[in-house]
Amino acid sequence: MSRISLTVGRPSIASRRGMAIPCVLILGWIVVGSTGLVDRHFLVPFQRVVTVPFLDPDGRTVWLGLAASLARMVAGFAIGAGAGALLGFAMGLSRFGNRLIGPSFTAVRQVTVFAWIPLLTAWFGNGEEAKLVFVALAALFPMALNTQQGLRDVPVAYRELASVLRLSPRRRFTRVLLPSALPSIVVGIEIALISAWIGTVGAEYAMGFGRGVGIFLVQGREQFRMDIVIVGVIALAVVGYLINATFRSLLARWVPWRGNPS
Amino acid sequence: MRATNLLDIRAVSKTYIVDDEPVEVLRNIHFTVAEEEFVTVIGESGCGKSTLLRLIVGLDIGYCGDILLDGTRIAAPGRDRGIVFQDHRLLPWLSVEQNVALGLDASDESPAAVKQAVAANLDLVKLADFGRAYPHQLSGGMAQRAAIARALVAKPRILLLDEPLGALDSQTRAYLQDELLRIHQRGKVTMVMVTHDIEEAVYLSDKIVVMEPRPGRVRGIVPVELPHPRNRAAADFIAVKERVLASLVNGPPLCFDAAPKSRPIVPDGRARRFG
Ligand SMILES: Nc1ncnc2c1ncn2[C@@H]1O[C@H](COP(=O)(O)OP(=O)(O)OP(=O)(O)O)[C@@H](O)[C@H]1O
Ligand SMILES: [Mg+2]
Repeated sequence: MSRISLTVGRPSIASRRGMAIPCVLILGWIVVGSTGLVDRHFLVPFQRVVTVPFLDPDGRTVWLGLAASLARMVAGFAIGAGAGALLGFAMGLSRFGNRLIGPSFTAVRQVTVFAWIPLLTAWFGNGEEAKLVFVALAALFPMALNTQQGLRDVPVAYRELASVLRLSPRRRFTRVLLPSALPSIVVGIEIALISAWIGTVGAEYAMGFGRGVGIFLVQGREQFRMDIVIVGVIALAVVGYLINATFRSLLARWVPWRGNPS
Repeated sequence: MRATNLLDIRAVSKTYIVDDEPVEVLRNIHFTVAEEEFVTVIGESGCGKSTLLRLIVGLDIGYCGDILLDGTRIAAPGRDRGIVFQDHRLLPWLSVEQNVALGLDASDESPAAVKQAVAANLDLVKLADFGRAYPHQLSGGMAQRAAIARALVAKPRILLLDEPLGALDSQTRAYLQDELLRIHQRGKVTMVMVTHDIEEAVYLSDKIVVMEPRPGRVRGIVPVELPHPRNRAAADFIAVKERVLASLVNGPPLCFDAAPKSRPIVPDGRARRFG
């Protein structure tokens, strides 16, 4: 319940308390930066980081990079999560599907997602396709896994109820299986989005070429621009945080019964 | 006699395989349920009462013997049987109305007819004002009543109840017992109810099937031939209670010739309807 109440209405004391550590850190940053105790190449002053995305000609490209990365993430996520959901439904709804796909899926899943990069660049080069495929892959596995698990974990009690009531296969799916699996599926979507985001930046960072937050980071590093690197990292974190926060409230809205099991 | 038996349970045995070992849960169960009869099944925990209801409702067809409904062996769940599970099993994501309507999902009723049937059955269990509520907003007793409405909405000929009042306080329990009787009398529905409570069994039923565990067997069948409404404090009520209790605790199978009023009672006899 407390999880849900955090996301609706005014920020609670608990979420305000969560702001304490970031505030202290930023304060420390400002103080240390202004004393000049630390080399500016290691720790740029806070004020500079705040102004770079707006005033610096190189820093301003972060917005274009962010837009490009978000577009890439959304496209890759749509492909990957869509395919993942299909796989998950196939494995979770049909025993045949699970026997057919399950073993290969489990085997392929063992490959750390970043290990795909050499293979993908060999197949697709280092342009947009390779990045998209990589993002899609990053989203596919968590989506498929959570969908399958949600369906597999539908309580036997509910399955029995469906057969006692002789629900049609369609109603059985829409009224019983899907709602029961929904919390797990929503979590799957969230994890898929997060890993699509990490995958997007990772692919950009590893493959280079074009625009994106990852490439923005690479450029900052190559030019020894600590301020730009930090701006890139902050952009990365903010998007991740927003995904998280959105899903907490989505979960509360879509799955209102989860907070109070009956 | 046979023609009036709606449900005919003949030599039913059920064995589960647990860790490759067969575990006999029911052995040679034998009893009948007449049309519009209210039968309770009583016995200690683990003697297979829920298993028996699962077989009757058609969730499990891997058993020996025959369960005949109107002379036909049960092979699958059907509209003629409704069940109220031990846990009410309302779906938390559906409103009470939607949960009850699920009971008519397999029928080809028009939406209007479904709506009307849902309303009528919610009315029957006194939940008319709670159609829009969600299960977590109901009390335990209300949830059980909603589950009863869901089981009744398809107008089953036989309603199976698995300890529907087991987890309730005694006041709610007494109230729901009367409600069950009312539904039974008004709806002309045959009922088979599992309970742990002897008094409840005597108060409600026409016939009490007493079971013993390991493996689950019928120890005896006690007819209850008291008119309704029954008085729990009456001597004849207590006498029946004593007989059920005696059959539950005593080792040897129940002997029927100790019946009051020296009425001849066969182990599988049909109790006379109250009138
Ligand atoms: N699916 C199953 N697999 C194996 N054993 C089972 C299964 N279901 C039930 N049993 C066993 O069958 C026996 C009877 O179970 P059942 O649930 O029918 O008892 P019950 O009389 O309803 O008990 P209670 O009064 O506690 O509800 C128990 O010993 C149980 O362990
Ligand atoms: Mg039981």
